Amino acid sequence: MAENAEFMQSSPTSAAVAAVRDELATLITAALNLDVAPADIDPAAPLYGDGLGLDSIDVLEVALVISKQYGIQLKADSDANHLIFSSLNALSEFVAAQRTK
Amino acid sequence: MDRIPVLAHGSADAVVAYRAGQPITAGQFLADARALAALLPAGSHVLNACTDRYRFAVGFVAGLIAGKTSLLPPTHVPEVIRHVRRFAPDAFCLHDDDAVEIDLPLVRYPASPARPGADWSVPAIPAEQLVAVVFTSGTTGVPLPHRKSWGRLVAGVRIEAERLWLDDGRRYAIVATVPPQHMYGFESSVLLALQGGQAFCAERPFYPADVATVLAPLARPRVLVSTPVHLRALLACGIPQPAADLVVCATAPLQATIAARVEELYGAPLMEIYGSTETGQIASRRTVASAEWQLWPDVTLLTREGRTWAEGGHVESPTPLGDLVDTLPGGRFVLRGRTEDLVNIAGKRSSIAYLNHQLAAIPGVVDAAFFQPEDPAGQSATGTARLGAVVVAPGLTAAAIIRELRSRVDPVFLPRPLLLVERIPRNATGKLPRAALKSLTPGA
Repeated sequence: MAENAEFMQSSPTSAAVAAVRDELATLITAALNLDVAPADIDPAAPLYGDGLGLDSIDVLEVALVISKQYGIQLKADSDANHLIFSSLNALSEFVAAQRTK
Repeated sequence: MDRIPVLAHGSADAVVAYRAGQPITAGQFLADARALAALLPAGSHVLNACTDRYRFAVGFVAGLIAGKTSLLPPTHVPEVIRHVRRFAPDAFCLHDDDAVEIDLPLVRYPASPARPGADWSVPAIPAEQLVAVVFTSGTTGVPLPHRKSWGRLVAGVRIEAERLWLDDGRRYAIVATVPPQHMYGFESSVLLALQGGQAFCAERPFYPADVATVLAPLARPRVLVSTPVHLRALLACGIPQPAADLVVCATAPLQATIAARVEELYGAPLMEIYGSTETGQIASRRTVASAEWQLWPDVTLLTREGRTWAEGGHVESPTPLGDLVDTLPGGRFVLRGRTEDLVNIAGKRSSIAYLNHQLAAIPGVVDAAFFQPEDPAGQSATGTARLGAVVVAPGLTAAAIIRELRSRVDPVFLPRPLLLVERIPRNATGKLPRAALKSLTPGA
């Protein structure tokens, strides 16, 4: 392990984030029955409200998708929680960094 | 004139609430309520928007003490607040969130707790006092007010405490995933605790992991008050939950198979409550044991003009139910589905007529019709099925219509999908037949 440490990065590569982003876009549109193609989601737009238009029930659904697919349990008390849903990009970075599977 | 104390706790050091697992005493609670009552402005109506359940409860009791009526609309979107202002021009908003966007005079909940006094006396409120007005969607596009007197609110939750076996002398801690502003959360977290001598948790846990975090540090016995949406999420997430002593569920009927799994998850009985914003809670059942609901003792159901009405007991006046009901002897009944026009999405209720009014009121919309999905049994993990809508609006985009609708209705009712069409194929009575709808819905 020690000899590999210098090659390991604490933050995920941009390729890993991009892969999660594409996967999440597909999972979210399917789980929420959204009337939008995964590729048409603006990755920088807010997921809440006037962006993609998700509401609190959707956020709960997305939390279940993330727990099932990536082994991450979201928590409202973590400071990051507001930021996580600020965009698909932010959510993807969080998932790529925290995933346990 | 009957007077009923604002809380049933027997001493100043009895626990009335928890925040972050730390107890808050009845003495502190009353000091906070008296201090806030003295700070409230002259208006006689309070829209209590506090998100923290403790602050909400202090705000409600401060209103009781100051003789003010709490307003509890189902959602705080601008269109509904406009009607609240018309209903009560002197209304102000009590809040605990600096980012609040409610167009009423704002009163910030005090930053620091009050200092409890030396004496222990509990204010008692006349049973006739009008203490809350809750609102439902009418059918004309205007929210309908329903007035609640103190005595009847208390009578309803006293029976609830008996039905849930919470009157056994033990002190329960109540954790709720529902907001205190919703009639169910108002009754089954705030009022149930205050009038039963129990303690409620200030937090409103959202994610499944949060529910476990809030429950775990509380001494047993403890109660989880929740909804089908949240209970399904708790089952689906697959994380272990701390044991509870009772789970309470309301807002929509829960399947017996789901109830059995929830009982296993928490090692506790699950009791369902049946009620509505207009009537408050009126019946309960142990879902795994029976599909039949048992009415509160003094409430009766009768069928008139093809609808079932509830009356008697704490129900303020005879009230039509939104559900189709088969009544059985001995104050029992079974549900047979909802009446045609009413919709219930994730525990929020509206009517197709109200929602159609809101769509049609958008400038540029010529004709519009919401519709219920073909298969309302939830395809999603939380069992939530959204409404769709067909809209005739030459020159408007679906996104522009949704943006406008967002200021008029709760987000759960935003149509998914919203289909723009040239003409809505109504039949001779102006209705939208299912077959015609199918021809408009791609892939349906």
